[in-house]
Amino acid sequence: MTSTVIILVVGIVVVLTAVYVSWRAGRLDRLHIRLELAGQALEAALLQRRSTVLLMAGSRILDPATSLMLATAAQEARIAGPEERERAESDLSRTIRAVVDQDRFREKLAEAPGGADLLEELDAAVTKVVYSRRFHNNAVGVTRTAQQRWLAKTLRLAGHTDFPQFFEIDDDPPKSMATE
Amino acid sequence: MRIGIVCPYSWDMPGGVKQHIDDLAQALIAQDHEVSVIAPAADDDELPPYVTGAGRAIPVPYNGSVARMSFGFISAARVRRWVRDGGFDVLHIHEPLIPSLGVLACWAAKGPIVATFHASFSRSRAIAVAEPLLRSALEKLHGRIAVSDAARKSLVEQFGGDTVLIPNGVTVARYTEAEPLDGWGPDGSTIGFLGRVDEERKGLPILLEALKSIPDAKLLIAGPGEVKVPKELRDRVTVLGMVSEADKIRAYHSVDVFCAPNTRGESFGIVLAEAMASGATVLASDIPAFRRVLGEGQAGALFRNGDPASLAEEARALLEAPERRAKLAAEALVAVRKYDWSTVARDVVRVYETVTAGGAGRVEEDA
Repeated sequence: MTSTVIILVVGIVVVLTAVYVSWRAGRLDRLHIRLELAGQALEAALLQRRSTVLLMAGSRILDPATSLMLATAAQEARIAGPEERERAESDLSRTIRAVVDQDRFREKLAEAPGGADLLEELDAAVTKVVYSRRFHNNAVGVTRTAQQRWLAKTLRLAGHTDFPQFFEIDDDPPKSMATE
Repeated sequence: MRIGIVCPYSWDMPGGVKQHIDDLAQALIAQDHEVSVIAPAADDDELPPYVTGAGRAIPVPYNGSVARMSFGFISAARVRRWVRDGGFDVLHIHEPLIPSLGVLACWAAKGPIVATFHASFSRSRAIAVAEPLLRSALEKLHGRIAVSDAARKSLVEQFGGDTVLIPNGVTVARYTEAEPLDGWGPDGSTIGFLGRVDEERKGLPILLEALKSIPDAKLLIAGPGEVKVPKELRDRVTVLGMVSEADKIRAYHSVDVFCAPNTRGESFGIVLAEAMASGATVLASDIPAFRRVLGEGQAGALFRNGDPASLAEEARALLEAPERRAKLAAEALVAVRKYDWSTVARDVVRVYETVTAGGAGRVEEDA
């Protein structure tokens, strides 16, 4: 009689634990998917920004010095190794600011054929880097917390995934950008 | 893009969040996106074609005031069906921490979900109790937007992480035409103020102090709160109290100079943008936000923040120069276009594009 009760209780505990663990694992899995998508979106945004800057540099609308500066910064960011990326992308942000925030830069560019579209494209690219990096770092934060929980650590719920890293750069947009 | 938007508050009640959602939806539709909004509304309510009712809203006390919200099995089932049948590329939830349709949508959906946080909240006991529940809802959000620094700060302090900031827009066209209030009208001597009169940072005391040295000027005050008008100014100051949306627009059209003496805060200054859209001449304190909106004085006059003497001097100069007022007002109409909903909606679309980049897939029902 008592042994039946004990078996029953143990059985219930085992089932509940299994349900709980699988729920935690599912949650962690979902966070990993979100993190992966956020990382892809960030990569896409950075790539888009570099291409737009290169396009601008090659447009023949700007003076050669500005073009050279933009092209160099974009190229540096493109070839930077993992250790150098954050610095190179920050430098690109600073270069964009230095160029776009020149007096009357926007007005002059907008007057040139195709210039207004380029500006619009650059604004979009710069904004998307800001947005995607925020979203990515949010995802990194929650995933880290979830991975470090006692249960996840002990049962290795995260599998072999790496400990996610924040992407820390200066991505402040030019002062003259439309909003904010 | 197919966009599903979740509104937490009753569609038939005027309110900031509901207005924001309606403006956003219309701006997105104007840019050829397909939009479906789900909001608390009864089946027999008159709704715009892009709004789906999720059941009658029930008034409940929440966070210090009474809000009309939808919850319960029926609403949950309707939200679930709306998510399943919607085929949305992105789901945009407003106020996901409020126990209404937003929480239900977070629960029923997975995929690219974006949320906008409007209100700032203090670390209340209610939120502390619900924290684990809300945390798991927040984990499903791929992108977070705050409409103000205050909203961003309270979210970050309570739950960590970060948000992007996209301020409210102004539907410029709604403000451009209106009749002045009865008995009022720009007559060359009327100054206007709008905002909470008893909030020190809105700066009304500075304006009242300045008014003492602006002879013959009248002051029209609109906004909630109790205000003490100095005795010697009583015959020149009119206090309207809280006004309706329509009367607010009429008030902007009733003044020669609209004054925004805010001493700090105001990450964006929607009141300023509304006044500019109404064609009023603006005189504002030179805090960074206002200087930016007014293009360093191109689209409106500035005075030294917190300085009644500077305010009075600028106001007197403006009231004596109708041509300068007209010129500033014309510049303001151009400058305010940046804050029009069409521009704000463009930034929101950039958020959508960010969270749907790569292989994010569509919004699906979360079984």
